[in-house]
Amino acid sequence: MIRPDIIQELPYSKPFLFVDEILEINDDHIKGSYTFKEDEYFYEGHFRGNPVTPGVILTECMAQIGMACFGIHLLKDKWDRDTIGVAMSSNEINYYKPVFPGEKVIVVSEKVYFRFSKLKCNVAMYNADEVLVAKGVVAGVAFKKQI
Amino acid sequence: MTKEELLSKLKIIIVPYVQNQEGLKNLTEDTDFIKDLEINSANLVDVVLDVEDEFDIEIDNDAMEKMLTVKASIEVIENKLASK
Repeated sequence: MIRPDIIQELPYSKPFLFVDEILEINDDHIKGSYTFKEDEYFYEGHFRGNPVTPGVILTECMAQIGMACFGIHLLKDKWDRDTIGVAMSSNEINYYKPVFPGEKVIVVSEKVYFRFSKLKCNVAMYNADEVLVAKGVVAGVAFKKQI
Repeated sequence: MTKEELLSKLKIIIVPYVQNQEGLKNLTEDTDFIKDLEINSANLVDVVLDVEDEFDIEIDNDAMEKMLTVKASIEVIENKLASK
C-alpha cells in the first residue's frame, strides 16, 4: 500500500470511514479502493430485506478518496488535522450500477482545479469487474477550524 | 474599460452563484457577496476563477481575501488590469 499516512490523517472513523487503500497518487489524480463490509450499518434499513449501498454512501466514498485523501496530499505541509477541517461543498453524481454488500469499489479522481483551498474533481467509481458504478463532479474546501 | 462595463461583466459572473435574488436586484457597490447575495465561500472561489478568465488576470491569495464586496472586487480587478 502507498501513503498509509494519508489514511491515518483522515478525520473519519468507523462506521463512516470508506477508504481502505490508496493505489495511485500524484498532483493530478488519485486512485483508491474500499470494500463494503457485509455488516455495514446502513444495510439494515437500505433496503428492508434487500441490502444495497445507498447512493449518498457511494458519493461519500468518492469524496473521502477523491477529495479528502487527495486534498491532504495537495495541501502538503499546510495540512494539520488539529486545525484544518474539510467539507464537501457540492457534488453532481450519476449512478449506473448497484453496489451490494461485500463488493469492492475503485475510485478515480482527477483534479479540475485546486485554488484558494478549494478542490474540484471529476470523480468516477468502478466495481471489481471494472464496470462504471458512478461518475460526476465533486468539490470540497479546507478551512481553519474554529477551536 | 469603464467602471460600468466592469460592473456589468462582474454581475454576469456572479449571477449563477447568487441565492438571494432580491440582493441581486438591489445590487450596489456596497453589496456583500456572502451577506447580501448568500453566495457560499466555496462558490466565491468560482467567482474569483471566473473573474480571472473574463479579465485575463491572476488573482493571488491576498487579493482573493479582499474580494468580499462588489466595490472591493472592482478595486482588485482595476488594480490587476492596471498592472498588466
